[in-house]
Amino acid sequence: MLRDITLGQYYPAASAVHDMDPRTKLFGTLIYIIALFLFNNVIGWLVVTAFLVLAIRSCKVPFSYMVKGLKAIVMLLLIAAAFNLFLTSGTTVFAIGPLKVSDIGLRNAGLMTIRMIYLIVGTSIMTLTTTPNQLTDGLEQSLKFLNRIHVPVHEIAMMMSIALRFIPILIEETDKIMKAQMARGADFESGGIVKRAKAMVPLLVPLFVSAFRRAGDLALAMEARCYHGGEGRTKMKPLQYHGVDRISYIIILAFLILVIVSRVVYHPLLQLIGV
Amino acid sequence: MSFIDAKQLVHEYFRRDEEGNIEGIQVAVDHVDLQVEQGQFISILGHNGSGKSTLAKHINALLSPSDGTLYVDGRDVADPREHLAVRQTAGMVFQNPDNQIIASVVEEDVGFGPENIGVPTDEIWQRVEYALKSVGMWKYRTHSPNKLSGGQKQRVAIAGVMAMEPKCIILDEPTAMLDPNGRKEVIRVAHELNEKKGVTIILITHYMEEVVGSDRVFVMDHGKVVLQGTPREVFSQVETLEKYRLAVPQATKLAYELQKSGLGIPSGILNREELLEALAACRLN
Repeated sequence: MLRDITLGQYYPAASAVHDMDPRTKLFGTLIYIIALFLFNNVIGWLVVTAFLVLAIRSCKVPFSYMVKGLKAIVMLLLIAAAFNLFLTSGTTVFAIGPLKVSDIGLRNAGLMTIRMIYLIVGTSIMTLTTTPNQLTDGLEQSLKFLNRIHVPVHEIAMMMSIALRFIPILIEETDKIMKAQMARGADFESGGIVKRAKAMVPLLVPLFVSAFRRAGDLALAMEARCYHGGEGRTKMKPLQYHGVDRISYIIILAFLILVIVSRVVYHPLLQLIGV
Repeated sequence: MSFIDAKQLVHEYFRRDEEGNIEGIQVAVDHVDLQVEQGQFISILGHNGSGKSTLAKHINALLSPSDGTLYVDGRDVADPREHLAVRQTAGMVFQNPDNQIIASVVEEDVGFGPENIGVPTDEIWQRVEYALKSVGMWKYRTHSPNKLSGGQKQRVAIAGVMAMEPKCIILDEPTAMLDPNGRKEVIRVAHELNEKKGVTIILITHYMEEVVGSDRVFVMDHGKVVLQGTPREVFSQVETLEKYRLAVPQATKLAYELQKSGLGIPSGILNREELLEALAACRLN
Protein backbone atom coordinates (compact mmCIF):
# COMPACT_ATOMS: atom_id res chain seq x y z
CA MET A 1 0.00 0.00 0.00
CA LEU A 2 2.73 2.44 1.00
CA ARG A 3 4.66 1.86 -2.18
CA ASP A 4 1.76 3.15 -4.24
CA ILE A 5 2.39 6.77 -3.38
CA THR A 6 3.93 8.26 -6.51
CA LEU A 7 3.88 11.86 -5.35
CA GLY A 8 7.33 13.36 -5.58
CA GLN A 9 8.99 10.56 -7.49
CA TYR A 10 10.88 11.42 -10.60
CA TYR A 11 10.37 9.20 -13.64
CA PRO A 12 13.25 9.65 -16.11
CA ALA A 13 12.28 9.73 -19.81
CA ALA A 14 13.10 11.76 -22.90
CA SER A 15 10.03 13.87 -23.60
CA ALA A 16 9.04 17.45 -24.36
CA VAL A 17 7.61 17.80 -20.87
CA HIS A 18 10.85 16.61 -19.30
CA ASP A 19 12.76 19.18 -21.34
CA MET A 20 10.58 22.06 -20.25
CA ASP A 21 11.84 24.66 -17.86
CA PRO A 22 10.52 23.94 -14.34
CA ARG A 23 9.16 27.50 -14.18
CA THR A 24 6.99 26.76 -17.20
CA LYS A 25 5.74 23.58 -15.56
CA LEU A 26 5.03 25.34 -12.28
CA PHE A 27 3.14 28.08 -14.10
CA GLY A 28 1.28 25.49 -16.17
CA THR A 29 0.32 23.54 -13.06
CA LEU A 30 -0.90 26.68 -11.33
CA ILE A 31 -3.04 27.64 -14.31
CA TYR A 32 -4.29 24.05 -14.55
CA ILE A 33 -5.38 24.08 -10.88
CA ILE A 34 -7.13 27.43 -11.35
CA ALA A 35 -8.84 26.09 -14.46
CA LEU A 36 -9.97 22.98 -12.55
CA PHE A 37 -11.93 25.15 -10.16
CA LEU A 38 -13.11 27.54 -12.86
CA PHE A 39 -14.86 25.15 -15.22
CA ASN A 40 -18.48 24.36 -14.44
CA ASN A 41 -19.96 22.90 -17.61
CA VAL A 42 -19.45 20.31 -20.27
CA ILE A 43 -17.46 22.50 -22.64
CA GLY A 44 -15.09 23.54 -19.88
CA TRP A 45 -14.71 19.92 -18.87
CA LEU A 46 -13.82 18.97 -22.42
CA VAL A 47 -11.19 21.71 -22.60
CA VAL A 48 -9.61 20.64 -19.30
CA THR A 49 -9.67 16.99 -20.33
CA ALA A 50 -8.06 17.83 -23.66
CA PHE A 51 -5.32 19.73 -21.87
CA LEU A 52 -4.73 16.86 -19.43
CA VAL A 53 -4.65 14.27 -22.23
CA LEU A 54 -2.19 16.43 -24.14
CA ALA A 55 0.06 16.61 -21.07
CA ILE A 56 -0.21 12.87 -20.40
CA ARG A 57 0.52 11.98 -24.02
CA SER A 58 3.52 14.25 -24.34
CA CYS A 59 5.23 13.35 -21.05
CA LYS A 60 5.92 9.69 -21.92
CA VAL A 61 5.33 8.49 -18.37
CA PRO A 62 3.25 5.29 -18.27
CA PHE A 63 -0.34 6.19 -17.43
CA SER A 64 -0.53 3.41 -14.84
CA TYR A 65 2.27 5.17 -12.98
CA MET A 66 0.17 8.29 -12.50
CA VAL A 67 -2.98 6.44 -11.55
CA LYS A 68 -1.15 4.58 -8.80
CA GLY A 69 -1.13 7.80 -6.81
CA LEU A 70 -4.92 7.80 -6.84
CA LYS A 71 -5.24 4.62 -4.80
CA ALA A 72 -4.04 6.43 -1.70
CA ILE A 73 -6.89 8.94 -1.88
CA VAL A 74 -9.75 6.61 -2.80
CA MET A 75 -11.20 6.75 0.73
CA LEU A 76 -10.96 10.53 0.85
CA LEU A 77 -12.66 10.72 -2.53
CA LEU A 78 -15.51 8.45 -1.45
CA ILE A 79 -16.15 10.36 1.76
CA ALA A 80 -16.09 13.72 0.02
CA ALA A 81 -18.39 12.45 -2.72
CA ALA A 82 -20.81 11.00 -0.15
CA PHE A 83 -21.01 14.29 1.73
CA ASN A 84 -21.72 16.14 -1.47
CA LEU A 85 -24.29 13.58 -2.57
CA PHE A 86 -26.38 13.41 0.56
CA LEU A 87 -25.98 16.77 2.21
CA THR A 88 -26.74 19.12 -0.66
CA SER A 89 -30.26 20.46 -0.77
CA GLY A 90 -32.16 20.66 -4.05
CA THR A 91 -34.77 18.74 -5.97
CA THR A 92 -34.71 15.14 -4.84
CA VAL A 93 -33.86 12.73 -7.62
CA PHE A 94 -34.05 9.52 -5.59
CA ALA A 95 -33.79 8.50 -1.97
CA ILE A 96 -32.25 5.58 -0.09
CA GLY A 97 -34.14 5.43 3.21
CA PRO A 98 -33.68 8.76 4.94
CA LEU A 99 -30.86 9.80 2.61
CA LYS A 100 -31.99 12.02 -0.21
CA VAL A 101 -29.95 12.54 -3.32
CA SER A 102 -30.62 15.84 -5.02
CA ASP A 103 -29.83 16.89 -8.56
CA ILE A 104 -27.41 19.56 -7.35
CA GLY A 105 -25.80 17.07 -4.98
CA LEU A 106 -25.29 14.64 -7.84
CA ARG A 107 -23.76 17.38 -9.95
CA ASN A 108 -21.52 18.63 -7.13
CA ALA A 109 -20.32 15.14 -6.25
CA GLY A 110 -19.50 14.47 -9.88
CA LEU A 111 -17.66 17.75 -10.32
CA MET A 112 -15.76 17.26 -7.09
CA THR A 113 -14.65 13.74 -7.97
CA ILE A 114 -13.48 14.83 -11.41
CA ARG A 115 -11.62 17.80 -9.92
CA MET A 116 -9.85 15.69 -7.31
CA ILE A 117 -8.81 12.99 -9.77
CA TYR A 118 -7.64 15.55 -12.33
CA LEU A 119 -5.79 17.44 -9.62
CA ILE A 120 -3.82 14.39 -8.49
CA VAL A 121 -3.06 13.14 -12.00
CA GLY A 122 -2.19 16.61 -13.31
CA THR A 123 0.10 17.62 -10.48
CA SER A 124 1.79 14.22 -10.46
CA ILE A 125 2.78 14.86 -14.09
CA MET A 126 4.77 17.82 -12.85
CA THR A 127 6.52 15.92 -10.07
CA LEU A 128 7.11 12.85 -12.25
CA THR A 129 8.79 14.84 -15.01
CA THR A 130 10.78 17.27 -12.87
CA THR A 131 13.66 16.29 -10.64
CA PRO A 132 13.29 17.69 -7.12
CA ASN A 133 16.34 19.84 -7.72
CA GLN A 134 14.84 21.36 -10.85
CA LEU A 135 11.59 21.90 -9.00
CA THR A 136 13.44 23.67 -6.22
CA ASP A 137 15.33 25.80 -8.70
CA GLY A 138 12.09 26.69 -10.42
CA LEU A 139 10.39 27.65 -7.16
CA GLU A 140 13.41 29.57 -6.01
CA GLN A 141 13.55 31.54 -9.25
CA SER A 142 9.81 32.20 -9.44
CA LEU A 143 9.51 33.28 -5.81
CA LYS A 144 12.72 35.29 -5.66
CA PHE A 145 10.78 38.51 -5.22
CA LEU A 146 9.72 37.32 -1.74
CA ASN A 147 13.32 37.71 -0.63
CA ARG A 148 12.68 41.42 -0.38
CA ILE A 149 10.21 40.86 2.45
CA HIS A 150 12.76 38.57 4.15
CA VAL A 151 11.23 35.23 3.25
CA PRO A 152 14.10 32.68 3.19
CA VAL A 153 13.21 31.43 -0.28
CA HIS A 154 16.41 29.48 -0.90
CA GLU A 155 16.23 27.67 2.44
CA ILE A 156 12.58 26.72 1.96
CA ALA A 157 13.31 25.48 -1.56
CA MET A 158 16.25 23.41 -0.31
CA MET A 159 14.14 21.87 2.46
CA MET A 160 11.47 20.96 -0.06
CA SER A 161 13.84 19.23 -2.41
CA ILE A 162 15.40 17.25 0.43
CA ALA A 163 11.98 16.25 1.73
CA LEU A 164 11.08 14.97 -1.73
CA ARG A 165 14.32 13.03 -2.03
CA PHE A 166 13.68 11.31 1.30
CA ILE A 167 10.08 10.28 0.62
CA PRO A 168 10.99 6.91 -0.95
CA ILE A 169 13.62 6.23 1.70
CA LEU A 170 11.21 6.91 4.55
CA ILE A 171 8.50 4.85 2.87
CA GLU A 172 10.89 1.93 2.63
CA GLU A 173 11.79 2.42 6.27
CA THR A 174 8.12 2.49 7.31
CA ASP A 175 7.64 -0.79 5.49
CA LYS A 176 10.60 -2.29 7.32
CA ILE A 177 9.48 -1.11 10.76
CA MET A 178 5.96 -2.32 10.02
CA LYS A 179 7.25 -5.79 9.18
CA ALA A 180 9.50 -5.82 12.23
CA GLN A 181 6.57 -4.90 14.48
CA MET A 182 4.30 -7.41 12.75
CA ALA A 183 6.89 -10.12 13.30
CA ARG A 184 6.57 -9.38 16.99
CA GLY A 185 2.80 -9.61 16.91
CA ALA A 186 1.71 -6.06 16.17
CA ASP A 187 -1.61 -5.86 14.37
CA PHE A 188 -2.12 -2.93 12.00
CA GLU A 189 -5.13 -4.20 10.13
CA SER A 190 -7.94 -5.29 12.43
CA GLY A 191 -10.10 -3.27 14.79
CA GLY A 192 -11.82 0.06 14.58
CA ILE A 193 -10.32 3.39 13.67
CA VAL A 194 -9.25 4.15 17.24
CA LYS A 195 -7.56 0.80 17.66
CA ARG A 196 -5.79 1.14 14.33
CA ALA A 197 -4.68 4.67 15.13
CA LYS A 198 -3.26 3.40 18.41
CA ALA A 199 -1.46 0.63 16.57
CA MET A 200 0.34 3.30 14.55
CA VAL A 201 2.16 4.65 17.61
CA PRO A 202 4.82 1.92 17.73
CA LEU A 203 5.31 2.60 14.03
CA LEU A 204 5.62 6.37 14.24
CA VAL A 205 7.98 6.57 17.20
CA PRO A 206 10.88 4.65 15.59
CA LEU A 207 10.16 6.35 12.27
CA PHE A 208 10.52 9.80 13.82
CA VAL A 209 13.64 8.82 15.73
CA SER A 210 15.27 7.55 12.57
CA ALA A 211 14.13 10.58 10.55
CA PHE A 212 15.78 12.90 13.05
CA ARG A 213 18.96 10.85 12.96
CA ARG A 214 18.97 10.99 9.18
CA ALA A 215 18.42 14.74 9.29
CA GLY A 216 21.42 15.13 11.58
CA ASP A 217 23.61 13.00 9.32
CA LEU A 218 22.49 14.85 6.22
CA ALA A 219 23.14 18.26 7.76
CA LEU A 220 26.65 17.13 8.61
CA ALA A 221 27.24 15.76 5.11
CA MET A 222 25.98 19.00 3.55
CA GLU A 223 28.22 21.06 5.77
CA ALA A 224 31.18 18.85 4.92
CA ARG A 225 30.53 19.67 1.28
CA CYS A 226 30.77 23.41 1.96
CA TYR A 227 27.05 24.16 2.00
CA HIS A 228 26.57 27.58 3.55
CA GLY A 229 23.21 28.83 2.33
CA GLY A 230 22.26 30.37 -0.99
CA GLU A 231 24.92 33.07 -0.93
CA GLY A 232 27.61 32.76 -3.60
CA ARG A 233 26.12 29.55 -4.94
CA THR A 234 26.34 28.76 -8.64
CA LYS A 235 24.08 26.43 -10.58
CA MET A 236 25.01 23.26 -12.36
CA LYS A 237 21.83 23.46 -14.40
CA PRO A 238 20.91 27.14 -14.64
CA LEU A 239 17.35 27.74 -15.77
CA GLN A 240 16.94 28.79 -19.38
CA TYR A 241 13.85 29.11 -21.50
CA HIS A 242 13.88 27.24 -24.81
CA GLY A 243 11.60 26.95 -27.81
CA VAL A 244 9.44 24.32 -26.10
CA ASP A 245 8.76 26.75 -23.23
CA ARG A 246 7.56 29.48 -25.57
CA ILE A 247 5.12 27.10 -27.22
CA SER A 248 4.01 25.79 -23.83
CA TYR A 249 3.29 29.27 -22.51
CA ILE A 250 1.13 29.95 -25.55
CA ILE A 251 -0.74 26.67 -25.06
CA ILE A 252 -1.20 27.29 -21.33
CA LEU A 253 -2.54 30.82 -21.85
CA ALA A 254 -4.80 29.69 -24.68
CA PHE A 255 -6.07 26.95 -22.38
CA LEU A 256 -6.88 29.43 -19.60
CA ILE A 257 -8.70 31.74 -22.02
CA LEU A 258 -10.70 28.82 -23.40
CA VAL A 259 -11.79 27.73 -19.92
CA ILE A 260 -12.87 31.27 -19.03
CA VAL A 261 -14.68 31.70 -22.33
CA SER A 262 -16.44 28.36 -21.88
CA ARG A 263 -17.70 29.52 -18.50
CA VAL A 264 -18.96 32.84 -19.85
CA VAL A 265 -20.54 31.71 -23.09
CA TYR A 266 -22.12 28.43 -21.91
CA HIS A 267 -25.48 29.83 -20.80
CA PRO A 268 -25.89 32.34 -23.64
CA LEU A 269 -25.01 29.51 -25.99
CA LEU A 270 -27.67 27.23 -24.47
CA GLN A 271 -30.26 29.98 -24.81
CA LEU A 272 -29.18 30.64 -28.36
CA ILE A 273 -29.79 27.08 -29.47
CA GLY A 274 -32.98 27.13 -27.43
CA VAL A 275 -32.43 24.37 -24.89
CA MET B 1 54.92 21.25 8.70
CA SER B 2 53.17 18.13 7.47
CA PHE B 3 50.11 18.24 5.22
CA ILE B 4 47.92 17.25 8.15
CA ASP B 5 49.55 18.15 11.42
CA ALA B 6 47.86 17.50 14.77
CA LYS B 7 49.65 18.41 17.98
CA GLN B 8 48.28 17.33 21.34
CA LEU B 9 44.76 17.43 19.91
CA VAL B 10 42.01 17.08 22.51
CA HIS B 11 38.26 16.93 22.06
CA GLU B 12 35.83 16.76 24.93
CA TYR B 13 32.11 16.06 24.78
CA PHE B 14 30.00 17.51 27.54
CA ARG B 15 27.15 15.49 28.94
CA ARG B 16 24.41 17.82 30.12
CA ASP B 17 21.40 17.21 32.35
CA GLU B 18 17.94 18.57 31.59
CA GLU B 19 18.73 22.09 32.80
CA GLY B 20 21.82 22.22 30.63
CA ASN B 21 24.31 21.92 33.47
CA ILE B 22 27.42 19.92 32.72
CA GLU B 23 27.09 16.46 34.26
CA GLY B 24 30.28 14.97 33.03
CA ILE B 25 33.01 15.28 30.48
CA GLN B 26 33.93 12.58 28.04
CA VAL B 27 37.30 12.87 26.40
CA ALA B 28 36.81 11.50 22.89
CA VAL B 29 40.21 12.50 21.54
CA ASP B 30 42.99 12.55 24.07
CA HIS B 31 46.23 14.39 23.23
CA VAL B 32 46.69 12.93 19.79
CA ASP B 33 49.73 13.68 17.64
CA LEU B 34 49.25 12.84 14.00
CA GLN B 35 51.29 13.71 10.95
CA VAL B 36 50.21 12.85 7.42
CA GLU B 37 52.16 13.73 4.29
CA GLN B 38 50.51 14.56 1.00
CA GLY B 39 49.85 11.56 -1.25
CA GLN B 40 49.87 9.02 1.56
CA PHE B 41 47.25 6.36 2.22
CA ILE B 42 46.58 6.38 5.94
CA SER B 43 44.31 4.11 7.96
CA ILE B 44 42.94 4.74 11.41
CA LEU B 45 41.79 1.56 13.14
CA GLY B 46 39.73 1.32 16.26
CA HIS B 47 36.63 -0.32 17.69
CA ASN B 48 33.38 1.60 18.33
CA GLY B 49 33.82 4.58 20.61
CA SER B 50 37.58 4.75 20.25
CA GLY B 51 37.41 8.36 19.06
CA LYS B 52 38.41 7.73 15.47
CA SER B 53 35.36 9.41 13.93
CA THR B 54 35.66 12.40 16.24
CA LEU B 55 39.26 12.79 15.14
CA ALA B 56 38.21 12.57 11.50
CA LYS B 57 35.59 15.29 11.90
CA HIS B 58 38.33 17.68 13.05
CA ILE B 59 40.26 17.24 9.81
CA ASN B 60 37.15 18.41 7.94
CA ALA B 61 36.54 21.28 10.40
CA LEU B 62 33.15 19.86 11.41
CA LEU B 63 34.39 19.87 14.99
CA SER B 64 36.79 22.27 16.64
CA PRO B 65 39.51 21.12 19.01
CA SER B 66 38.97 21.66 22.73
CA ASP B 67 42.72 21.89 23.14
CA GLY B 68 45.83 21.48 21.02
CA THR B 69 46.19 22.43 17.38
CA LEU B 70 45.38 20.92 14.01
CA TYR B 71 46.60 22.29 10.72
CA VAL B 72 45.36 21.01 7.36
CA ASP B 73 47.49 22.18 4.44
CA GLY B 74 48.78 25.01 6.60
CA ARG B 75 45.32 26.17 7.68
CA ASP B 76 44.17 26.23 11.28
CA VAL B 77 40.89 24.32 11.63
CA ALA B 78 39.99 26.26 14.78
CA ASP B 79 39.64 29.45 12.73
CA PRO B 80 36.04 29.79 11.48
CA ARG B 81 37.18 31.90 8.51
CA GLU B 82 39.20 28.94 7.23
CA HIS B 83 36.38 26.39 7.52
CA LEU B 84 35.25 26.52 3.90
CA ALA B 85 38.82 26.35 2.63
CA VAL B 86 39.60 23.41 4.92
CA ARG B 87 36.48 21.54 3.84
CA GLN B 88 37.43 22.10 0.23
CA THR B 89 40.93 20.75 0.87
CA ALA B 90 39.80 17.76 2.88
CA GLY B 91 36.52 16.21 1.74
CA MET B 92 34.66 13.68 3.82
CA VAL B 93 32.63 10.57 3.05
CA PHE B 94 30.37 9.22 5.76
CA GLN B 95 29.12 5.83 6.85
CA ASN B 96 25.50 5.80 5.71
CA PRO B 97 25.30 6.13 1.92
CA ASP B 98 21.63 7.19 1.99
CA ASN B 99 22.11 10.04 4.43
CA GLN B 100 24.75 11.91 2.47
CA ILE B 101 23.25 12.00 -1.01
CA ILE B 102 21.33 15.23 -1.38
CA ALA B 103 19.96 15.13 -4.90
CA SER B 104 17.68 12.63 -6.65
CA VAL B 105 19.90 12.24 -9.69
CA VAL B 106 23.49 11.06 -9.48
CA GLU B 107 25.04 13.89 -11.52
CA GLU B 108 23.14 16.59 -9.63
CA ASP B 109 24.41 15.19 -6.37
CA VAL B 110 28.00 15.22 -7.58
CA GLY B 111 27.48 18.83 -8.68
CA PHE B 112 26.24 19.89 -5.24
CA GLY B 113 29.70 20.53 -3.77
CA PRO B 114 31.03 22.62 -6.70
CA GLU B 115 27.76 24.61 -6.67
CA ASN B 116 28.31 25.47 -3.02
CA ILE B 117 31.79 26.81 -3.59
CA GLY B 118 30.69 28.93 -6.56
CA VAL B 119 32.27 27.10 -9.50
CA PRO B 120 31.05 28.41 -12.91
CA THR B 121 28.47 26.22 -14.68
CA ASP B 122 30.71 24.92 -17.49
CA GLU B 123 33.41 23.93 -15.06
CA ILE B 124 30.91 22.14 -12.80
CA TRP B 125 30.06 19.85 -15.71
CA GLN B 126 33.73 19.15 -16.41
CA ARG B 127 34.32 18.37 -12.75
CA VAL B 128 31.25 16.13 -12.50
CA GLU B 129 32.42 14.17 -15.54
CA TYR B 130 35.95 13.87 -14.16
CA ALA B 131 34.71 12.84 -10.71
CA LEU B 132 32.20 10.28 -11.93
CA LYS B 133 34.70 8.78 -14.34
CA SER B 134 37.35 8.49 -11.68
CA VAL B 135 35.06 6.33 -9.52
CA GLY B 136 33.66 4.43 -12.50
CA MET B 137 30.09 5.69 -12.14
CA TRP B 138 29.84 7.81 -15.30
CA LYS B 139 27.30 5.57 -16.98
CA TYR B 140 24.97 5.90 -14.00
CA ARG B 141 24.95 9.71 -14.10
CA THR B 142 21.24 10.06 -14.85
CA HIS B 143 20.12 7.33 -12.45
CA SER B 144 18.31 7.82 -9.20
CA PRO B 145 20.55 7.05 -6.20
CA ASN B 146 17.73 5.02 -4.68
CA LYS B 147 18.14 2.39 -7.38
CA LEU B 148 21.88 1.88 -6.83
CA SER B 149 23.55 -0.69 -4.59
CA GLY B 150 25.24 0.36 -1.36
CA GLY B 151 28.72 0.20 -2.87
CA GLN B 152 27.62 2.26 -5.89
CA LYS B 153 25.99 4.86 -3.64
CA GLN B 154 29.19 5.14 -1.67
CA ARG B 155 31.16 5.61 -4.91
CA VAL B 156 28.77 8.42 -5.86
CA ALA B 157 29.41 9.99 -2.47
CA ILE B 158 33.16 9.76 -3.12
CA ALA B 159 32.62 11.36 -6.55
CA GLY B 160 30.69 14.16 -4.83
CA VAL B 161 33.80 14.87 -2.80
CA MET B 162 36.18 14.41 -5.76
CA ALA B 163 34.26 17.07 -7.72
CA MET B 164 35.45 19.64 -5.22
CA GLU B 165 39.03 18.75 -6.20
CA PRO B 166 40.24 18.09 -2.68
CA LYS B 167 43.82 17.24 -1.84
CA CYS B 168 42.63 14.77 0.74
CA ILE B 169 39.60 12.55 1.28
CA ILE B 170 38.58 11.27 4.68
CA LEU B 171 36.52 8.09 4.53
CA ASP B 172 34.70 7.65 7.83
CA GLU B 173 33.78 3.95 8.03
CA PRO B 174 32.61 4.00 4.42
CA THR B 175 32.06 0.24 4.36
CA ALA B 176 30.31 -0.33 7.68
CA MET B 177 26.88 -0.65 6.06
CA LEU B 178 27.92 -2.51 2.90
CA ASP B 179 28.03 -6.15 1.86
CA PRO B 180 31.43 -7.77 1.15
CA ASN B 181 31.31 -6.91 -2.56
CA GLY B 182 30.43 -3.29 -1.88
CA ARG B 183 33.26 -3.10 0.63
CA LYS B 184 35.83 -4.33 -1.87
CA GLU B 185 34.50 -1.90 -4.48
CA VAL B 186 34.86 1.13 -2.21
CA ILE B 187 38.32 0.20 -0.94
CA ARG B 188 39.51 -0.43 -4.51
CA VAL B 189 38.28 3.00 -5.62
CA ALA B 190 40.02 4.63 -2.65
CA HIS B 191 43.32 3.01 -3.64
CA GLU B 192 42.85 4.00 -7.28
CA LEU B 193 42.28 7.63 -6.39
CA ASN B 194 45.36 7.53 -4.22
CA GLU B 195 47.58 5.98 -6.88
CA LYS B 196 46.27 7.62 -10.06
CA LYS B 197 45.14 11.03 -8.88
CA GLY B 198 47.56 11.44 -5.98
CA VAL B 199 44.78 12.16 -3.48
CA THR B 200 45.74 11.72 0.16
CA ILE B 201 43.37 9.17 1.70
CA ILE B 202 42.52 8.80 5.35
CA LEU B 203 40.52 5.62 5.84
CA ILE B 204 38.75 5.13 9.13
CA THR B 205 37.57 1.63 9.79
CA HIS B 206 37.28 -1.20 12.24
CA TYR B 207 37.91 -3.88 9.64
CA MET B 208 41.57 -4.85 9.79
CA GLU B 209 41.44 -6.43 6.32
CA GLU B 210 40.89 -3.02 4.78
CA VAL B 211 44.07 -1.43 6.06
CA VAL B 212 46.41 -3.94 4.40
CA GLY B 213 47.36 -1.68 1.46
CA SER B 214 47.96 1.47 3.54
CA ASP B 215 51.22 3.32 3.90
CA ARG B 216 50.68 3.81 7.58
CA VAL B 217 48.22 2.55 10.18
CA PHE B 218 47.19 4.24 13.41
CA VAL B 219 45.33 2.25 16.06
CA MET B 220 43.14 4.22 18.44
CA ASP B 221 41.67 3.26 21.77
CA HIS B 222 39.92 5.48 24.32
CA GLY B 223 40.84 8.58 22.34
CA LYS B 224 44.55 7.83 22.23
CA VAL B 225 46.77 6.62 19.42
CA VAL B 226 48.05 3.41 20.97
CA LEU B 227 49.87 1.84 18.06
CA GLN B 228 51.22 3.04 14.74
CA GLY B 229 53.38 1.79 11.94
CA THR B 230 53.23 0.03 8.60
CA PRO B 231 50.49 -2.59 8.27
CA ARG B 232 53.10 -5.32 8.78
CA GLU B 233 54.39 -3.76 11.97
CA VAL B 234 50.87 -3.39 13.31
CA PHE B 235 49.68 -6.84 12.21
CA SER B 236 52.57 -8.51 13.99
CA GLN B 237 51.25 -7.40 17.38
CA VAL B 238 48.31 -9.77 17.54
CA GLU B 239 47.94 -9.77 21.33
CA THR B 240 48.00 -5.98 21.60
CA LEU B 241 45.42 -5.69 18.83
CA GLU B 242 43.12 -8.14 20.53
CA LYS B 243 43.48 -6.19 23.74
CA TYR B 244 42.05 -3.21 21.85
CA ARG B 245 39.10 -5.35 20.74
CA LEU B 246 40.02 -5.51 17.08
CA ALA B 247 39.13 -8.59 15.08
CA VAL B 248 42.46 -9.84 13.79
CA PRO B 249 42.07 -11.44 10.31
CA GLN B 250 41.99 -15.24 10.31
CA ALA B 251 45.24 -15.68 8.35
CA THR B 252 47.16 -13.34 10.65
CA LYS B 253 45.74 -15.04 13.70
CA LEU B 254 46.52 -18.52 12.42
CA ALA B 255 50.06 -17.50 11.48
CA TYR B 256 50.52 -16.04 14.93
CA GLU B 257 49.30 -19.20 16.68
CA LEU B 258 51.51 -21.41 14.46
CA GLN B 259 54.50 -19.20 15.18
CA LYS B 260 53.78 -19.39 18.89
CA SER B 261 53.74 -23.18 18.78
CA GLY B 262 57.16 -23.22 17.21
CA LEU B 263 56.70 -23.10 13.45
CA GLY B 264 59.16 -20.87 11.61
CA ILE B 265 56.66 -18.37 10.21
CA PRO B 266 57.50 -14.65 10.07
CA SER B 267 55.25 -12.34 12.07
CA GLY B 268 52.93 -9.78 10.50
CA ILE B 269 51.22 -12.00 7.93
CA LEU B 270 48.74 -9.75 6.09
CA ASN B 271 46.54 -12.16 4.16
CA ARG B 272 45.89 -15.72 3.09
CA GLU B 273 48.34 -15.64 0.15
CA GLU B 274 51.22 -14.63 2.38
CA LEU B 275 50.32 -17.34 4.86
CA LEU B 276 50.35 -19.92 2.05
CA GLU B 277 53.76 -18.77 0.88
CA ALA B 278 55.15 -18.81 4.41
CA LEU B 279 53.80 -22.32 4.97
CA ALA B 280 55.29 -23.55 1.68
CA ALA B 281 58.66 -22.04 2.60
CA CYS B 282 58.35 -23.76 5.96
CA ARG B 283 57.80 -27.16 4.38
CA LEU B 284 60.81 -26.73 2.09
CA ASN B 285 63.05 -26.16 5.07
